[in-house]
Formats: sequence, structure tokens, C-alpha cells
Amino acid sequence: MAILVDKNTKVIVQGLTGKTGSFHTEQALGYYGTQMVGGVTPGKGGSVWNGTLPDGKAAELPIFDTVEEAKAVTGATASVVYVPPPFAADSIEEAIAAEIELIVCITEGIPVTDMVAAKRALCGSKSRLIGPNCPGVLTPEACKIGIMPGNIFQPGSVGIVSRSGTLTYEAVFQTSQAGLGQTTAVGIGGDPVKGTEFIDILEMFLADDATKSIIMIGEIGGSAEEDAAQFIADEAKRGRSKPMVGFIAGRTAPPGRRMGHAGAIIAGGKGGAEDKIEAMESAGIRVSPSPAALGKTLASVLNG
Amino acid sequence: MNIHEYQAKAVLKEFGVPVSKGVAIFSADEAKAAAEKLGGPLWVVKSQIHAGGRGKGKFKELGPDAGGGVRLAKSVDQVEAFAREMLGNTLVTVQTGPAGKVVNRLYIEDGSDIEKELYLSLLVDRETSCIAFVASTEGGMDIEQVAHDTPEKIISFSIDPATGFMPHHGRTLARAFGLSGDLAKQAETLGRNLYKAFLSKDMSMLEINPLIITEDQRLHCLDAKVGFDSNALYRHKDVVDLRDLTEEDSKEIEASKYDLSYVALDGTIGCMVNGAGLAMATMDIIKLYGEEPANFLDVGGGATTEKVTAAFKIITADPNVKGILVNIFGGIMRCDVIADGVVTAVRDVGLSVPLVVRLEGTNVDKGKKIINESGLNVIAADDLDDAAQKIVAAVKGTK
Repeated sequence: MAILVDKNTKVIVQGLTGKTGSFHTEQALGYYGTQMVGGVTPGKGGSVWNGTLPDGKAAELPIFDTVEEAKAVTGATASVVYVPPPFAADSIEEAIAAEIELIVCITEGIPVTDMVAAKRALCGSKSRLIGPNCPGVLTPEACKIGIMPGNIFQPGSVGIVSRSGTLTYEAVFQTSQAGLGQTTAVGIGGDPVKGTEFIDILEMFLADDATKSIIMIGEIGGSAEEDAAQFIADEAKRGRSKPMVGFIAGRTAPPGRRMGHAGAIIAGGKGGAEDKIEAMESAGIRVSPSPAALGKTLASVLNG
Repeated sequence: MNIHEYQAKAVLKEFGVPVSKGVAIFSADEAKAAAEKLGGPLWVVKSQIHAGGRGKGKFKELGPDAGGGVRLAKSVDQVEAFAREMLGNTLVTVQTGPAGKVVNRLYIEDGSDIEKELYLSLLVDRETSCIAFVASTEGGMDIEQVAHDTPEKIISFSIDPATGFMPHHGRTLARAFGLSGDLAKQAETLGRNLYKAFLSKDMSMLEINPLIITEDQRLHCLDAKVGFDSNALYRHKDVVDLRDLTEEDSKEIEASKYDLSYVALDGTIGCMVNGAGLAMATMDIIKLYGEEPANFLDVGGGATTEKVTAAFKIITADPNVKGILVNIFGGIMRCDVIADGVVTAVRDVGLSVPLVVRLEGTNVDKGKKIINESGLNVIAADDLDDAAQKIVAAVKGTK
């Protein structure tokens, strides 16, 4: 078991013919046979995409003009969006309209008002959006959607959820080194308005039998980590809990300065690291003092 | 991206938002003409810098008894005298830090008769994923203090993007201010116009503090602070034209040319990292081992040799930097590309401080080989923890 994606997930690529879309589709096809089934590039429908897998083998995928057509022909259940920022929200909304179950948007730099509208379009829809500005979702040896490096993963028991891309890799790498491995890793993205929050993913990990423990990586800005901590505390009261380790990036960040991610800013006296760490600790989440000690901290929690 | 008050007011005026008449000046010689154009009898001379707290701020070069960064003038001569005193001097406010900011522009504005001060701002609320209004009867004060001391005096509500600003939002706003009759109608119009301005110009923040009720019962924006969503600037050329580079750190401007995400800080260890989260975490772990980061720098996912070289130059140009930590977790970014970039950059720029390099992920062995065979004085690190300890030890050794 795992969450969101497995070997049955069929993925189409919005923006397949672009440089980024092409490269990462080749990588995904080379990862344990991830089912990439087609691409969408308006105006290029009917043509064929030719790629070269990491092992040198040739691959081809059909290209469609619309998501609806791609879904009808390929039976796709998921879509990954590599479309440039000015057009990305439109692509997300097209996938929502076509009732794609899982939409993963990798694109960084989408205007926030575009995302406000896209988020509204998700309400009452049949779709879940992960991202934007995220590294994607990966279930080891089953399905890779997005840009995470597959080689650091190892099938196992840790569920990983993170706002940051490269810190997700740290957590994956360290849990692999600790011999624990992962069920699924989910990067929810660094933007202030996004499709999926920590709570949604934590709920899935709590419900997933294969996930025995959880690592959650947050950062400064907003209050999503505090909300997640409250959720974990409430669930524990209902008797549902799993060993959990957390980390918050940005303890040393000065207020009022945006740290790379549009969402990573301490503003209006809110979003500081210390409040988040305190909320997580009081919910029973062991917060690792160092980003280098995620795996070790989890191992020590699991060994009592 | 932030703009000056006078620019913000000009933008808001386009949307029918009530602001005072004013003239921006860049030299004291323009003060007299500006004051005469406005006519008086009351003028406000306002320092234009990208920082709040100007009224209570002090000029470094003037004595402690001199006036602040916002002054009330009662004659044309006084306007001119203030302009001569303020322009070119350094204003220190609670938001500028001790270094302060040089005042290069002034805004001369019509004075207003104030009956009451209110607070109003718009922002993108993460929790509701909507544009939200924040209103308070406690205007003219530090709103964070109000939120802390008397949270019940702050009213906020979100606008559904599918409906936009509705009359009921206007009524909520009027009630938040305790207004009725014609002033309540003015509040609704103001709210609608500000929402329209926020959305059509892709603002990230819009703050009116204070919003005032004048003695003749008009709602009026006495100050305006506007920030724009940098992701949306591609569709607002008029906004980009308002950028004042003198308000920004020169290293940050240089970094933005190469699409590097850079923030200057006060410490001694320069950092070059891929990914914003890992970059912040790298700063944190340096602090954990007792040193301070000199910067935040995310080279991003598509770094090239050229970008890495530019990043190196920016880091080494900072005289406070006593050591450099390169921390790369290659996902799609390949370690050998980074290693090549680092070696080229060091050969090109030179290296006078310790350099620790930690590489992990895609093509890590190739990357390490390039570093090892370069013959450069680079300290290799196995993981993040090792890297942080090594750079901190190296910097401490040089002190």
C-alpha cells in the first residue's frame, strides 16, 4: 500500500513537448515502469512524442490537443503539469474540467491570483491538486510523478510530506540510509495558495496501513504547520496516531524577507519557526533540531 | 516588489480611491514650486523610502531634537526648509535597521483635517486561499500591536473569487469601522475599488494606515503601502517601471539578473544551495553550530556554470564572508554540473576563504571526482552535518 499513486496510476503530461516536460517524462518512464500514457500540447494533437530513456532505449507517447481527449483515449487517472507559469493555472483548470483524479503541478512562479481562481475551481470537483511549485509524488518502485530523484528511494514504511523539494530528498535519503525506506513521498509545494495542505496528506498516511511512521517538513510562513499539529493532536485523542518526526526550515530567517519560496516569509508577526516547533512538539511530534538528523531522530523515536 | 507611497497613491487614484493631492520631488529646488502648486494652507512633507515608521524615525545626520521623516508645514518657506533638511540624509526607523535609508525622494502633500483614524489592508489569505480584508477602528497604530493586545478590534473577511466584492462585503466593512449613513456607502465603494485595484494589478499586499474620516465626513487614504506579486510582473510593465533600484541591495539586484534567489544577511558564512527549503535549513544548521549565515542563496534547479560563477562572485564580494559552504542535493540538478561550475568559478574568481563542498544525489561520484582532481583547496564533506561542522571549524580557525 501507499498513498496517491501506485503501479496502476496512469499519467498524462501537460506540457510534454517542452524541454522540462520531455526530460522528466523520460526519467519517469525509466523509473520502474511508471505508466506515462500520453501528453497534451495544444496544437500538436495527433503527433507522437519521441524520447530516450535513461538506459538508452527509445520511447514514444501519443500527443493530444486537450486533456479530455487524452483521458478518453488513454484512461489516464493522473496528470502532471510542466506548463510555463503564465499558462499553468489554465492547464490545471482544464484538468479539473476533464475530471482528472490527481493533478500534480510542478511549475514554479504562477501568479497567486491565478492560483486563487484555480483553487476555487477545485471546490466541489472530482480532482485533487498537489502543488504548484512542488517536486511531485513518488511511491518507491511503483510510480514517479514529478522531478524527485528516484535513485535515493527505497520501499519501506515511512510516509514523507514536505513543503520543500530538496529537503524532501534529505528526508528520503536519510530514511533510506537508516534502512526504513518510504511508502510515499509527497511534496506539497512552497506557494502560499496550493491544492493540498499537510492535513490532507497526514490523514492519508494515518489511514494507510503500510505507513508506520511519518516525517513532516515545514518551513516559515503561514500557519499550515500549526494546523497540522492541531490535527495530529486531535487524532491522537481519538486513538489514531503514528510515530512522527518534524523539521521546520527557516529558524534563522529574518522577518519580512521572502526566503525563495513565495510562501516562506515571516510577516505580520506570524509564521515564525519557534511557534511552529512548539505547536508540533506539544502535539507529540519530535522536531529534529538539525535537517541532517531526520533519519536518526526517527530511528530513535521508533526504538523508544 | 515594493513601491513608494506616492507611486502607490497614483496607482490607487486610477481606481477612484480617494487620496490627497501631492507632488513628488527629487531635489530641494523643486520644493517651493510644488508647495505653491498645492496652495496650502497646510502641507505634509513625507520621506519616500521603502520602510514604515517614517513619522517617528530620526535622521542620522541631524540632532536628536530634529523633526522626523514626516513633517507638517504651515508655509511655503517651511516646506522648502524641511526639504533641504531631509533630502540626502539618512532616515532610521524601526523598520530600516540601524543603518537607515537615504531619503532621495519627498512627497509634498495637501494637509488633511483628521476626525478619526482607521486601518484597512488587503492580502492573500493562505487559510481561505482568497483575497482577504483586514479592518480595524484602531488606525495610525502598529497593527501587529493591536492584533496582539486587542484582537477583538480586528475584523477580517475573505472574498470569494467567483462572486467578487459584493454589497454585503461593503456592509461588513462599514460595520467593522462603526460607520453608518453616507460614510457606510463610502466604505462600500472604497472596498470595491481597492479589491479591484488589488486584483487587476496583482498586488501581494495593500495597506492603508491610516484611513481617515475627515472633519467634513469623507473617507480618505492618508497613507498607502503596496507590494506586488513578483510572479505576476510579466503582465504589468507599468508596475515594473515603478521599481526603485536604489531601495534594493546591490548584491540582490545582481543575483536577480541571473535568476538566483538571494537575500543578504549579517553573518560570516556564505551559502550556495539548491532549493529554498534546503537553503534555509543550511542557514539554520550553521547557526546550530555557532556561526551566522552571510546570505540565503538558492541557485535553483536549472543552475549552469554561468549561474554558479555569478553566485560565487556575489558571495565573495561580501567583505563579511569568512568561509563558503556549497550544499547541493542533486535531484534533477546533476552534481557533476555543479562541481564543474564550482571549479570554473573558483579558477575565475579566486578563493581567499575556506570552501566546504557537500554533494549528494544524482551523479555524486562524478561530481566528487571533479572536485578532487581539480587541485583546488576545497574541503569535501560527506553529509549536511559534516559540512556544517567543517565550515564552522574552518571559519573559527581564521578568527
